[in-house]
Amino acid sequence: MSRLPFYLLVGALMIAGIALSVHRHVQFEVPWTPGEQRQVWEIEAQVNFTAQGGPAMVDMALPSHQQGYRVLTENTASPGYGLSFLEDERGRRAQWSIRQAAGSQLLYYSVQLLVAPDARPPQSRRPELQEDIVWERPYDTAATQVIERAWQRSASPFTFARELIRDFSDDRQSENSRLLLNQFERAPLLVRLLNDAGVHARAVSGLMLEDGRRRQSLSTWVQVFDDDRWSLFNPVTGEQGRPNNLLMWEDSGQAVLEVQGGTNSSISFSMIQHNQPAAAAVRNQLANDTLINFSIHSLPLEEQALFQTILLIPIGALVVVLLRVLIGIKTSGTFMPVLIALAFIQTTLMTGLIGFLLIVAVGLVIRSYLSRLNLLLVARVSAVIITVIAIISLFSVLSYRFGLNAGLTITFFPMIILSWTIERMSILWEEEGPKEVLIQGGGSLLTAVLAYLAMNNPWVRHITFNFLGVQMILMSLILLLGNYTGYRLLELRRFKPVTED
Amino acid sequence: MWTTPGRLRAKGIVGMNRRNIRYIGRYNDRRLFPLVDDKLKTKLLAKEYGITTPALIGTIKSQFEVKGVARMVAPHPGFVIKPAKGSGGKGILVIERVEGDSYIKPSGASLNHVDIERHVSNILSGLYSLGGSPDVAVVEALINFDESLSVYTYEGVPDIRVIIFQGYPVMAMMRLSTAASDGKANLHQGAVGVGLDIASGGALRGVQFDRSRSDHPDTGHELASLQIPGWQTLLELAAGCFEMTGLGYLGTDMVLDRDQGPMLLELNARPGLAIQMANGEGLRPRLDLIERQPPGVSVEERVAFAQRHFARRGELQAVEQVPCPA
Repeated sequence: MSRLPFYLLVGALMIAGIALSVHRHVQFEVPWTPGEQRQVWEIEAQVNFTAQGGPAMVDMALPSHQQGYRVLTENTASPGYGLSFLEDERGRRAQWSIRQAAGSQLLYYSVQLLVAPDARPPQSRRPELQEDIVWERPYDTAATQVIERAWQRSASPFTFARELIRDFSDDRQSENSRLLLNQFERAPLLVRLLNDAGVHARAVSGLMLEDGRRRQSLSTWVQVFDDDRWSLFNPVTGEQGRPNNLLMWEDSGQAVLEVQGGTNSSISFSMIQHNQPAAAAVRNQLANDTLINFSIHSLPLEEQALFQTILLIPIGALVVVLLRVLIGIKTSGTFMPVLIALAFIQTTLMTGLIGFLLIVAVGLVIRSYLSRLNLLLVARVSAVIITVIAIISLFSVLSYRFGLNAGLTITFFPMIILSWTIERMSILWEEEGPKEVLIQGGGSLLTAVLAYLAMNNPWVRHITFNFLGVQMILMSLILLLGNYTGYRLLELRRFKPVTED
Repeated sequence: MWTTPGRLRAKGIVGMNRRNIRYIGRYNDRRLFPLVDDKLKTKLLAKEYGITTPALIGTIKSQFEVKGVARMVAPHPGFVIKPAKGSGGKGILVIERVEGDSYIKPSGASLNHVDIERHVSNILSGLYSLGGSPDVAVVEALINFDESLSVYTYEGVPDIRVIIFQGYPVMAMMRLSTAASDGKANLHQGAVGVGLDIASGGALRGVQFDRSRSDHPDTGHELASLQIPGWQTLLELAAGCFEMTGLGYLGTDMVLDRDQGPMLLELNARPGLAIQMANGEGLRPRLDLIERQPPGVSVEERVAFAQRHFARRGELQAVEQVPCPA
């Protein structure tokens, strides 16, 4: 009987688990430790216009994931307006619409951006060249000369753009460029000249991020393409490269804001920067779920909290498997300790331990009386359940009276499980004596405490919740342990006399 | 206090994990477990295969039959009530004799008929069965225990555990009940285990609570002279349980009846490992040897093979005899 398929399965699970986790770490910036702090920018855009009394429509460009920044959440405040988010070849845009509006209108859009130095730049498609560019006199000659001059002194699209922009910078403005600047806006003019010379380029809008700034406006940049590579140029200074604190707001050469049915439209930005724990930053991440980045974070918050606990259970199970297979500890009920450990998470360890011992001890005393009543098993266990509930209620009330609020958490104990534990312990006591009860009860408690320590560890909680791939790794570990034929630790003691002679 | 895995391996000791995966998991088909987990089924099956078992007085299958237990056992001087699906000796009640309304246990403790009925009721509701499923109480006649062995035991009936691997008897021990084990022959409850030589049925070594001993703690009788009568028959009976159940790794519990000789008491598909302690030797080399044997060998040949290969000289005698050079 070959074990090969088994090891292949274990190996596949292990690799898939690790790959999924690394993918989540790299692709979504989910940190390995919960303590890491992440920088988050909160940016608010305020759109202002005067409506003309009829229907109005506002179309605004929105930032998307990009080099250095990742969009976490976005909100809008626009009472009375219909709103939809669009994503097409023009990029991400928000559209507000209203049937009737008059007077000054204010629309708000706010976005949270995570500073993510490793975020990859999005795939940027090269814009088409503007066809049939026609210059009117006398600009045609000026344009031709400016292009010719820069062309001579350059070797590639990037160097050409640099030379061209330098011709328009303040200290070296030529006659021609001054003429052109009089007629055209700087950025569209540059794009037009570049296109005329056969260089793909477009004007894009970006926001310089500075902490605590208000009433900022977007700056225009020229994006120049050399095949698939692109570079940003400052249209005023000709500087090449993207400043680190530049957030690209609109990057497909479209208008940032289009208003129909209104005049005097303007947009201004305010921004603030703060640090927040990485885990929280991850939680805020927009859920764009595909099969591969399947994530618990796409669930509503309440279900997420539930899953946070559910995903810890495999850790508890692993502890039980380790203790039983490798150490050889006896427990009362195989996974009862995991459930007790889950209760400890709610009650905290000391309260939990005291509560557990109190309930089981009192339960055992009452159970010993029940055993004399000669009842059927199901009825007896049911009686024990009611007894356990009574004990729990009594302790809750008493601890509340004495001002021990911690005592109230005792209600988190799984009552049915406790009742069965009491029943089993009691039978064990009758059949094997108190020693065995101590061994199994102690083993269960030890397992529960270790499972609790493992499950309550902040790092473990972070890892299990944020990396679903870890579940596969746990699965493969448990499968491997299920295949362990070596000695248990306690057997080294048990069988010692045999090796003595 | 502790030993090393290397030394255990050198002794050929089989651990719990290895037993579960390598032997029980591989040689014992799950499907066949009910045959041995249900003592009633085992009993009926044994009858079919001509393997003697203690006489069946009756079975109690439902709560309303519980009241009839006293009438059922009335004609018998002593009896045993056990859960059909019990494990590890749990729920076995031995009544040695009945005096009026008092039922006397081997320890001398006396029960009344209410206690007996409660015990039966507990069995039926599944208190002792695996997984707590509803069960059946089996009432058997008390074994007329072979007097020649009574000096070695205290109260209860000593039984003989033989591990049958692929039909070969690989290791055997006798379990002597003690005061500590309340007349039960379970080692973890304090019974004394005496390793038996497969070749002769003579004592090899005694242990109680996993520690060596050379005499019975209650009767004080030395264990060295222990010799099982009818050893050959016993081994053949035990080895035949392989054909009967189809289980490759099997613990057979045998008892010696004064009149009927060796009898099958019960079977266990998950036999414990304490037998290695009683024999002072691991199971591993013997199991490895059996695994290399071809299948389809008759019971007599298998027993003969085991007696040839697993013959051991008792440690207990070695104290008195001058060791002779080989």
